[in-house]
Amino acid sequence: MTTLSTAGSTVPAPASPAAAPTPTPDTIISDEIRVVGMVWERELIRYVRTRTRIVSGLIQPVLFLFVLGYGMSGLVGTTGGFNFRQFVYPGVVAMSVVMTAMFSALSIVWDREFGFLREMLVAPVSRVSLVLGKTAGGATVAAAQGTIMLVLAPLVGIHLTPLLVVQMIALELLMAVAMTTFGVFVASRIQKMESFQVVMQMLLMPMLFLSGALFPLNGLPGWLTVITRLNPLTYAVAPFRQVVFAAQNMSPAARARFPTNVTLFGHTLSIAVELAIVVVFALVFFVLAFRGLSRTE
Amino acid sequence: MLCTLASPTSGHATVAGFDVATRAKSVRRHIGLVFQEQTLDDQLTAEENLRFHAVLYGVPHAQVEARISRVLELVALSDRRKDLVSTYSGGMARRLEIARGMLHTPKVLFLDEPTVGLDPQTRALIWEDIQRLREEEGVTIFLTTHYMDEAEYAERIAIIDHGAIIALDNPDVLKAQVGTDTVAIETADDEAALASLKRAGYKVERTEGGLTAFVVDEEAAVGPIVAAAGVPVRTVRAHRPTLDDVFLHFTGREIREQHGEAVPMMARARGARRS
Repeated sequence: MTTLSTAGSTVPAPASPAAAPTPTPDTIISDEIRVVGMVWERELIRYVRTRTRIVSGLIQPVLFLFVLGYGMSGLVGTTGGFNFRQFVYPGVVAMSVVMTAMFSALSIVWDREFGFLREMLVAPVSRVSLVLGKTAGGATVAAAQGTIMLVLAPLVGIHLTPLLVVQMIALELLMAVAMTTFGVFVASRIQKMESFQVVMQMLLMPMLFLSGALFPLNGLPGWLTVITRLNPLTYAVAPFRQVVFAAQNMSPAARARFPTNVTLFGHTLSIAVELAIVVVFALVFFVLAFRGLSRTE
Repeated sequence: MLCTLASPTSGHATVAGFDVATRAKSVRRHIGLVFQEQTLDDQLTAEENLRFHAVLYGVPHAQVEARISRVLELVALSDRRKDLVSTYSGGMARRLEIARGMLHTPKVLFLDEPTVGLDPQTRALIWEDIQRLREEEGVTIFLTTHYMDEAEYAERIAIIDHGAIIALDNPDVLKAQVGTDTVAIETADDEAALASLKRAGYKVERTEGGLTAFVVDEEAAVGPIVAAAGVPVRTVRAHRPTLDDVFLHFTGREIREQHGEAVPMMARARGARRS
């Protein structure tokens, strides 16, 4: 069957002028960069076009910020003018970034269902470019969603400075890159749409709850401490809160009441170490995501 | 396999001058693929889908706009360029996919059952598109179909049964292998007609309810036969073998389902390149 249908047998040789026998290399770097840009652009187009997603992506964090925030404030009380809403704000912003990034990455499951993944995978381009574009797109979209959350800061008494805004966006991007690569890896393993909800419930929610986004990670029981320290999100949320708190005018009492540091084996981790952990996490899952997509098709 | 989606277990093949086993990427850059299932992003517009494809297949930046306009023209979708694909009908989406397959000026366009599940009007439109591609873009078209009447358009047909090619030729030669044209008549006096037709040099046989003459060209033979019969002719039926006959001839008539395999009604058709 293969040999018989060989085009050369009836088409009189590949002698057509368009096919001048220049040995075209299989991978052209500039073309691959265009692919990354195009995949990135598609993520943005889809994000902007689905306004319901932008709104629904806001509702959950807003619920946590105001409903949980006001509810818990009564219990936690105010220390030196600082309350639970201010504590939880960075965590909630991180949550919205993480959820948007994850959702964006998991749209690969949709792409598989509706066939578009095939269009991408059969194309003569490197899978690295596809994963890079997807990661860049998911990260941009997630950071945008997190940046929209910044408008809520004054409402809960968080003081924003230009430097803080830049720091927050930078950290949002890093967090989003890590979560997108993780999400693409997970998505490459999901074959059915039905599994999507399960993954969101069983993976994403525990990760968020155990990341320190909603409560301080100090003074927890041993088993819970272990789990939170194993959760990579912990190391993304902590620096985020640290830069936000550093820009606030807080009394020492308030700082003691609402701690931001993460301790590992009795040592307090510096922001640099925490960020390094997130970077390693992102790199590992980038490779896994690439391998996951290479398995398919 | 030829599209490099599967690896050959043995043998080798080249498509557009590239070996499918060792130059898979080059092969893919020079072929267009249209799958049975839809592979468009319906949240993007037609133009955005095409632009995405142009980048994936390395269409030079300066040519992208012109190629998009050109392929949309080929499938008569230019006026829907800015519309979301989610607003397209099934047939339009399929035509857009064919246009997309042509976007990077492939040498061979593979179409996997391009008209399956579509209404006759849409099927006709798609075939107009395909003919236009062949004539105006000079591309070799390699397609599979279940509809034998569609295979008529092809210049070469392969019938594949149980994974092996059992017939490969142009439609006329295949039909000739099945039998010749026939003209069947019923007359007032079959005996007399038989005698006079034989005298006139026709190859005639008595068949159930009448006579059957074996001729070279059924259309041209009807008039002379009626005249040569010498007696009043009541009915005339002229028949030329169709590709359905060819298909049944080669694959046999027995029901295959009992072997746990559906009857593989598949013909490969290809148009020759015009350069």
